[in-house]
Amino acid sequence: MTEQPTGGAPQGVAASAHDLVKVYGTEEAEVRALDGVTVDLMKGEFTAIMGPSGSGKSTLMHCLAALDTPTSGEAVVDGTSLGKLKDKALTNLRRDRIGFVFQAFNLVPTLTAKENILLPLDLAGKKADQGWFDQVIDAVGLRPRLGHRPSEMSGGQQQRVACARALVSRPSIVFADEPTGNLDSTSSAEVLGFLRRSVDEFGQTVVMVTHDPVAASYSDRVLFLADGKVVDELRRPDRDAILERMGALSDAAARKAG
Amino acid sequence: MLRLTWRNLVARKVRLVMSTLAIVLGIGFLAGVLTFSHGLGSTFDNIIEGSTSDALVRTEGEVSFQASGAGTTKLVKPAVVERLAELPEVAAADGSVDGVGAYLLGEDGKLVGGTGAPTLVFNYYDSVNVAGDPILLLESGEWPDEPGQINLDVSSAERGGYELGDEVTLLLPVGELRQTFELVGTSNFNGGGTAGATLALLETSQAQDVFLDGQDAYTTVSLTAAEGVSQTELADAAKTVLPDGFTAVTGQEVIDESDEQIGQFLDVIGYFLIAFAVIAIVVGAFIIFNTFSILVSQRVRESALLRALGASRRQVTRSVLIEAFLMALLGSTLGLLVGLGLSRGLAAVFRSQGLDIAGDVLVLTPTTIIAAYVVGISVTMVAAFVPARRAAKVPPVAALRDDLTVQEKALGRRRLVLGTIALLVGAALMGAGLVGAPGADPAWIGAGAVIWVITVAVMAPVLGRPVLVASRAVFAKLFGTTGKLAGENALRNPRRTGATASALMIGLAVVSAVGVLASSLSATNDELVDREFRSDFLVQSPSFQGFPTKVGDEMAEVDGVGTVSRMQGSVALVKQDQTFVAGVDDAFADIYELDMRRGTQQMTGDQAILSESTAGDLDADVGTTLPVAFPGGQTVDLEVVGIFEDTPITSGVTLPISVLEDAGLRRNDSTLSINVAEGADVDEVHDALDEVVEDLPIVTVQDKEGFSELIKQQVNQLLFLIYGLLALAVIIAVIGIVNTLGLSVIERTREVGLLRAVGLSRRRLRRMIMLESIAIAVLGAVLGLAVGLLIGIALRQSLSEDLTVLSLPLGSLVVFLVIAVVFGVLAAIVPAVRASRMKVLDAIATE
Repeated sequence: MTEQPTGGAPQGVAASAHDLVKVYGTEEAEVRALDGVTVDLMKGEFTAIMGPSGSGKSTLMHCLAALDTPTSGEAVVDGTSLGKLKDKALTNLRRDRIGFVFQAFNLVPTLTAKENILLPLDLAGKKADQGWFDQVIDAVGLRPRLGHRPSEMSGGQQQRVACARALVSRPSIVFADEPTGNLDSTSSAEVLGFLRRSVDEFGQTVVMVTHDPVAASYSDRVLFLADGKVVDELRRPDRDAILERMGALSDAAARKAG
Repeated sequence: MLRLTWRNLVARKVRLVMSTLAIVLGIGFLAGVLTFSHGLGSTFDNIIEGSTSDALVRTEGEVSFQASGAGTTKLVKPAVVERLAELPEVAAADGSVDGVGAYLLGEDGKLVGGTGAPTLVFNYYDSVNVAGDPILLLESGEWPDEPGQINLDVSSAERGGYELGDEVTLLLPVGELRQTFELVGTSNFNGGGTAGATLALLETSQAQDVFLDGQDAYTTVSLTAAEGVSQTELADAAKTVLPDGFTAVTGQEVIDESDEQIGQFLDVIGYFLIAFAVIAIVVGAFIIFNTFSILVSQRVRESALLRALGASRRQVTRSVLIEAFLMALLGSTLGLLVGLGLSRGLAAVFRSQGLDIAGDVLVLTPTTIIAAYVVGISVTMVAAFVPARRAAKVPPVAALRDDLTVQEKALGRRRLVLGTIALLVGAALMGAGLVGAPGADPAWIGAGAVIWVITVAVMAPVLGRPVLVASRAVFAKLFGTTGKLAGENALRNPRRTGATASALMIGLAVVSAVGVLASSLSATNDELVDREFRSDFLVQSPSFQGFPTKVGDEMAEVDGVGTVSRMQGSVALVKQDQTFVAGVDDAFADIYELDMRRGTQQMTGDQAILSESTAGDLDADVGTTLPVAFPGGQTVDLEVVGIFEDTPITSGVTLPISVLEDAGLRRNDSTLSINVAEGADVDEVHDALDEVVEDLPIVTVQDKEGFSELIKQQVNQLLFLIYGLLALAVIIAVIGIVNTLGLSVIERTREVGLLRAVGLSRRRLRRMIMLESIAIAVLGAVLGLAVGLLIGIALRQSLSEDLTVLSLPLGSLVVFLVIAVVFGVLAAIVPAVRASRMKVLDAIATE
């Protein structure tokens, strides 16, 4: 973070997966959630990961975000290979270099919006860059809500607080797991618009897991997963193209089952 | 519904164990106390019934089983025994020599059994008890049938380290101080053990030598009834041949008298222990209430689903209550077993104090079992009722809502008002006690105290807020974000935090109230000793039993000793009231100048002086003539010559020592007060006096500091026993904290996951939970100590006649606070480790 990001073109790899395999259960109950995924996620890009339920999209994100450990293969975030890191190092990595937005329960209920936003920085014992903080707050439009607790805010506002929290520590990469899953369409548009702007204006890298084609249409690149493998990819997607690919994927699944 | 209840229990094993533990401990304590009290009672019952014969001949005015300073010297002549034996109603008449005031020394020269339980010395004779069984059973060797032989009870022989054939040393109250006997056998009371007392049997003429100066006579006669003769007929027949001053009583009367004397003592122990059991159960009830509240709030969605599927409110309530019932059943059952163990533990503690309770009387009686189940089940059900109702009130639509966190309502204004009223009522009761309302003052204050403790416990969520806000500020300052989060967590659910802290509060309130009383007692004693300890030395036995007059004789000979004043005690009937009277010699007035209200302290001949309160009780004044009946039947008319202000120096009835001698009472000093001669070295005299009693471990020579220290030790001993018992209540409270934290962590699984995801390390997560625990513990401690302090001060005020000085044990209170923090840390260990082991991802994924 030496230069002020200017946004725009990809500038290299932010995170990558090399032949990632994740197996749950043993013997007959074995499920291969990831079955050899190799993919690079580019800096300054908004990537969406899509796929039917059980395709492994969430697992891929969790492995890349240092929340889960793969059975084999390597996950690299910001040049650091996660495989060899202990819990403490992983905790610090999450705190300093990764931002999170979850589907629900993103905020600590006992803290105000501002305290929630600053939580990762507080935990790291760092001071927020006031200019950057103001920029983020204004971008999510939360200034009048800073002193409120989560229970006093709408779902959309809560998710915007979560987005602000993810951005304020200037992480290398932000992972969003179905960030609009619980929101109405207006709130969804606000949150997605904000994520889009963070990429365009701040040069932030964002990776979002979603099954909503509308949400995915905000991204630069869509990765399609099925049965634990990357099966397709779209650049500069529009909604119709995404729907078409999703349809093809479920047809293939149906044929396989039939 | 029943199946669901069962599944719920099984599915939540850990929570089940933790909540059941509160019931187990509470009921365990109750069952333990009941079992112990019962064991204590039956130990004495067995001994009394096993050692009492059909009828007993004794001097008039004597009562069985009472400790008296000096026994009677009025004796039964052998001719009387013969006459009794010839009666057709009598199958056997055995003359008995009962020796009191003796001590058994062990092989190491130390007292066997300490100075607690008495040493009973008898002549051996073959006699049967009321049930027709032998009173004594030979365990090894043989009975003593020659002078110089002795037979000891099995336990004393063991404790003294004696084997058959060894030389056994007794310290005797009259004649030669130390005498040795050959151990020829061991025996036991037919009723089992001796409850810690030492039993020594001598051959009859030897016993007469030792205790009766060699007179061929007896102190009492045991009568065995002939076939078909009742106890009453036996006693009536015996009376016809008895000389004046003697009477015959039935075995039943002796048993009743003994029961009454011992019953008072046993009741005190019993009530004392039950009080702690009640505290433990009340604390347990808070934990159970809290656990169920949390369990229910965690099952909101499940309850809502049940309601949506058509379960009625009543069914949901019942489901929770049945769960509580099953837990109570399990908890009470385990509690009974724990109680059995606990009663053995208590018995071991009492055994170390010289009160021996055999293990085989410590059994669960039907009463104990019923009491345990009734209390366990009803307390649990009552505690679970409110949460159960709350579960039923969940609207069905909650099942469909995603947001599961149910915000518990803050305390209603109504409750605040009611709480305030209750506090005022409590204060009014205490006030009534303080200004001297009718009845016992401490009872008024006690009632007020109970109301206060319960109200503060219920209002803890409100009253505790300042403490929690302060902890949040301190934590945030010391530990940054982690501290702030912990402080917030403690504050987020005031009701839960309050209820958890309340459990600890109750224990600590009692601890600090007792602390205030004990500290005031010590301070009062210090002041009293300072004021009343006027001689240079006091010579006493720590148990205040009498010791041979020889000690005083020898001490008077010690170089540097100026004045020696003796005091001797006896029980006597004064106007039909049993009263402890003190006999003092002329030197008494040289050392102690009593604060005379009327008349004079100087007595000669048949005169007496009374304390102010005794004079009031007896309705006597200077000039009154008091008839005093001594053991042995002699009644002396004493003229009251003075009234003195109440003092611990001497008894309410004080008379010249010569009166006791004239009444035929055996002389036995209870206290010697010694002043050194002018110019003598106090330390040297102390050493010389110590030398006199070197061979007499029952007697100690104390100066002011030593005496003060001894009293302090006795107060502390009692205090530690109370603290030990209260520790159980505190342990239950700590389990409550573990429970609450554990359940809170489970409830906040997703939040924990979130915090971990955004960068909270395991270590700081553990610290966060630990700090929350400390906040709860400190809240309980602060509320408890504050309430306890107020109650203690009020109680002290009501007892200000006895506790003249108020002393606050501030040092101890700080220690309690620190201990509470330590307990807080300990309580957090398991929940903290569990939380830090949660996988981040699982935590987030948990619904």
